[in-house]
Amino acid sequence: MNFTGKDIISIKDFSKKEINYIIEYATKMVPYAKGEKYKDILKGKVLSSLFFEPSTRTRLSFESSMNRLGGKVIGFSDPSGTSQKKGESLADTIRMADSYSDIIVIRHPQEGAARLAGEFAEAPVLNAGDGAGRHPTQCLLDLFTIHTEKKKIEKNNIVLLGDLKYGRTVHSLAYALALYGANLTFVSPASLRMPKEVINECTEMGVEPTQTSNLEKAVKDADVLYATRIQKERFPDAEEYNRVVGSYIINNNLLENAKKDLIIMHPLPRVTEIDPEVDKTPHALYFKQAFNGVPIRMALLSLVSGGTL
Amino acid sequence: MKKELKIPLIKNGSVIDHITPGNAVKVLKILGIPETSSSIVSVAMNVKSKIGKKDIVKVENRELDPNEVDKIALIAPKATINIIRDYKVTEKHKVKLPNEIIGIVKCSNPTCISNAQREPVKSRFKVIKKDPTEIKCYYCEREPEDIAERII
Repeated sequence: MNFTGKDIISIKDFSKKEINYIIEYATKMVPYAKGEKYKDILKGKVLSSLFFEPSTRTRLSFESSMNRLGGKVIGFSDPSGTSQKKGESLADTIRMADSYSDIIVIRHPQEGAARLAGEFAEAPVLNAGDGAGRHPTQCLLDLFTIHTEKKKIEKNNIVLLGDLKYGRTVHSLAYALALYGANLTFVSPASLRMPKEVINECTEMGVEPTQTSNLEKAVKDADVLYATRIQKERFPDAEEYNRVVGSYIINNNLLENAKKDLIIMHPLPRVTEIDPEVDKTPHALYFKQAFNGVPIRMALLSLVSGGTL
Repeated sequence: MKKELKIPLIKNGSVIDHITPGNAVKVLKILGIPETSSSIVSVAMNVKSKIGKKDIVKVENRELDPNEVDKIALIAPKATINIIRDYKVTEKHKVKLPNEIIGIVKCSNPTCISNAQREPVKSRFKVIKKDPTEIKCYYCEREPEDIAERII
């Protein structure tokens, strides 16, 4: 399978076979991601890291991945010091980055920005999140985490919880999980339900998701509980927000009836949705999940630049 | 009773027939008429026909390229193009929606990069279903419902 020069824009650009290949390659990257092994397969390569929006995990893990493989990173984490402030178009900024580097990683507030960047760059472009749109490397690391912990993705009972309407990660994750034939349950407040288009996509792939607002019931049979943050600004008043948020808190009490090997995932940052008491339980996988961003991004950087372990 | 023609026959040119009623002006907009042409153009709207009402557009002395006209299938899926030579229909073509629509429909997502003013980008949609028409933005993947309202 050849990924050399390929843009990574949307999870929908990949077949299941290709995703499996990336997951397998990322598995081999784990000791390199931990620093236990070292191979400079990206030596002499330069990554442009263009973050037009704030990010902690995605930016740091991309930069760590490049460094761990012997490459170098240029770029910015705040566009205020760039020509964008002077009115330069994204297309022109991309043309510049393309001439200075071998791979481009971009996060941008506008949906479709990474796809546009791909049209103006010769170098492969990796989408690190475009507005409320896609975030394929997050999706891949989530799939990698489920695969690593459960040895398979298909047939797991997977609960997606929280803001399913606006959440950037859950839409592409639901699509990808349906592609694998996982059993899906969507738990959210009525006003933040999964959009119809996403449910239709799942149905077209033969997966009928269950929709409920009852978290307790959904958790009982779950193998994976994927929580997302409910944002305050989505609610017209603070009282309604507090009521909704209060009913979706994951704590040890909720987990009493859960399966022993239930894993809890979260793209982070979390606010109140997971009580810190859960961190000490074997269910808590979210920090390991955040680490998994490194091997998956190492795998992607290596694959698109033609390097091999 | 003698059948009366709402708009006269043309000697040479193109007739776009069976346009969804009310959409003739939008069809002209998509085809860039009259900006791209100095031909005489006649428009008839809400014309009665065997299968209900329809709009008709006649463009004199200009033979429209059927492939170019295909994009009107977005808002007039039943339209036909007749090429007229010396008052006779010499070619007939039923519009067929192409797989991609570029620069015709504005994306419904205000924060889609295709709506950014300073970017050198044209709107681009993949046609995911032809009947009824469903299109998806190539950039942000949103699927606008009110396509006719979003013609640029």
